[in-house]
Amino acid sequence: MSSAALTWFARHEIRLAWREWLAMMTAGRRFKKRTAMVGLIVFAAVLHLPAYAVVGRFADLQPPLDKSTLIVITTTIFLAWALMLSQAIESVTRVFYARADLDLIMSSPVALSNVFSVRIAAIALSVTAMALLLSTPFVDVLVIGGGSRWFAAYGVVITIGLSAAAMAVAITIALFRTIGASRTRLVAQILAAIIGAGFVIALQIAAIMSYGTLSRFAVLTSDAAAAFAPDIDSMVWWPARAAFGEAEPLLLLLAGGFLLLGATMAIFSARFADTAIRVSANAAPAHQGFRATAFRKGSRQRALRWKEFLLLRRDPWLVSQTLMQLLYLVPPGVMLWRSFADRSTAVVLITPVLVMAAGQLAGGLAWLTISGEDAADLVTTAPLPPSSVIRAKVEVVLITIGAIFAPLVAALAFAAPLQAAVTALSVAIAAAAATSIQLWFRVQARRSQFRRRQTSSRLATFAEAFSSIGWAATAALALSIPIAAVVTGLMTAGMLAAMWKFSPRLG
Amino acid sequence: MKPAEQSSALQVKGLTKRFDRVAVDALDLTVRTGEFYALLGPNGAGKTTTLRMVAGLLRPDSGSVSVLGIDALSDPVAAKQITAWVSDEPMIYDKLTPLEYLAFVAGLWGIDPQIAQPSAQDLLVSLGLGPHLYERCEGFSKGMRQKVALAGALVHEPRLIILDEPLTGLDAVSARHVKGLLGDRVRNGCTVIMTTHILEVAERMADRIGVIALGRLVAEGTLAELRQQSGKNDTSLEDMFIALVDVEAAAA
Repeated sequence: MSSAALTWFARHEIRLAWREWLAMMTAGRRFKKRTAMVGLIVFAAVLHLPAYAVVGRFADLQPPLDKSTLIVITTTIFLAWALMLSQAIESVTRVFYARADLDLIMSSPVALSNVFSVRIAAIALSVTAMALLLSTPFVDVLVIGGGSRWFAAYGVVITIGLSAAAMAVAITIALFRTIGASRTRLVAQILAAIIGAGFVIALQIAAIMSYGTLSRFAVLTSDAAAAFAPDIDSMVWWPARAAFGEAEPLLLLLAGGFLLLGATMAIFSARFADTAIRVSANAAPAHQGFRATAFRKGSRQRALRWKEFLLLRRDPWLVSQTLMQLLYLVPPGVMLWRSFADRSTAVVLITPVLVMAAGQLAGGLAWLTISGEDAADLVTTAPLPPSSVIRAKVEVVLITIGAIFAPLVAALAFAAPLQAAVTALSVAIAAAAATSIQLWFRVQARRSQFRRRQTSSRLATFAEAFSSIGWAATAALALSIPIAAVVTGLMTAGMLAAMWKFSPRLG
Repeated sequence: MKPAEQSSALQVKGLTKRFDRVAVDALDLTVRTGEFYALLGPNGAGKTTTLRMVAGLLRPDSGSVSVLGIDALSDPVAAKQITAWVSDEPMIYDKLTPLEYLAFVAGLWGIDPQIAQPSAQDLLVSLGLGPHLYERCEGFSKGMRQKVALAGALVHEPRLIILDEPLTGLDAVSARHVKGLLGDRVRNGCTVIMTTHILEVAERMADRIGVIALGRLVAEGTLAELRQQSGKNDTSLEDMFIALVDVEAAAA
């Protein structure tokens, strides 16, 4: 393959990545391209506020950096890297399963290792671009508050993108080789979820166990952490020093990032092709279902509920997302467990976490059951009224939420009965609100389109997020400042009423 | 109920549907009980829109639909109980096995599991899916998926089967299986309405053929009657179809 052809293919890959991203931002509506760009700029501008809250205090740091500061900056960089790795694993897995594309590429008269080298580079480029986009508000705040030395942080971000992409390719190919093509998609999704959340959760658990708080900074800035950390001149601190503007570690890190990516391309591009061929040949694995009879007596609604539960259980997205939600519930669970011993007031924090998780999970479940109907014609032509179909689907969402959260609320009831009652009520309201939003804004789609569900209605997406946050805040305030809970509760209910008014279902 | 309605499996009167333009234009159509009826027409003629309105998937702007004497617009649940719909794009659940899919369909139609289970197994085996009963449909080819959808349509013993291009994507052996299965159903008193672009299938299987163009029925009858109407006894269905469609297009 000539260099001109490689360049052409690289341009093609970048164009595909750009259009995919744009389609995600505009829900495939071309006329909204400009609006999407304006929205993105506004979003990036607004993001400077939380960025200021998070990193503003680090902007005017002066050398030499103490160990505690180095730990906080290094941990933050590692967290960003973990999140980018999670995103990169998702991208690599998607590339493997883009079957029509792979068929075309592999049937073309080109050296596959060259083509896949370009493809790995394109993944690295898109992950790095994403990392730069997300980090810009944070770096801006640091530069504005602390001077131009913080521009070096962009170099660290580039290294994060390159190394995360290289690592993701290696991990995904290793997964393909060890557990096979058929299981990799599910395991990669779960892995991506765990990698993104696991580090934060581990820090939170350490904070709870040591200091009785959910704040991870309590651990990072502790004397114990400083005592355990390597010496000041260790290369562990290079990313922090590089971000702070020290030229030598920055150049070494950048060189290391490019070297890692180059090595990955050299080692894995041929294997990438092999693996892609194996996936193409085995893209749809022959999973075995139950041999026990699925034919049972019961109502038509029971048949619908049975189908929905079966599909939810077999949904890889749901498995990974539920796992992630459950992971996020581990820190409050640990806090609850500790509260049995010391009756800590911090146990109040559990309620908003549970309510928020219930609202988010219910939104996803409701989309899968209500909008994500793969056999819409079949269900529509079945001899039962549409209201019965909807009722059965809503029941599935609420039963699932109940099954997941009931044990936690029951455990809470032993430590704080009133709080448990408030939590149970709020979980039910948050789940019902998220389900209602999905009902009002439902758009028929295939379940596999779940990843892009947010693009079908931005309004519904924001409503779902605000509803979960609103009910979580209301629940927390109900336990501490009841009169304020009335205000937030009314505001959230008012927002829901407005959503109902603007929803297409009303017509 | 009038005698004509009792002997007709489907009676459509003045059926109209407008999208950007008129898709179905005051269509009158009667299909007799126990008949194999082929509905032909060029792309965009209104065949699928008509059948989707009959199956309850689309609400007509005006007109009436009677399925075996049941008013399908005022009592859709009763009409759906005896009707089956299969589209050209098989919509099944990737994560269910064929048997699980049929169990779900049987449950939706309220069929006794003791009857539905052996019937489902027989249907799937007769369609060549015996070795795949316990495999999830996600790995199936389009033809296999079409066969699962077809088995799902037949498992609740419908009295009116509506098929929109059911042979699309099927290999010759599978197509023959499907045609045999539909022929058996018709012989047992079931009514089949099918759209197809494969005129040879309509010519060989249909008791009567309807040709639809621009949302209107432009010709109807047995093959012999259609030939008689065209005034050419030795002409093929393909030639007649093209001539009819061309006349309508020119008139429009």
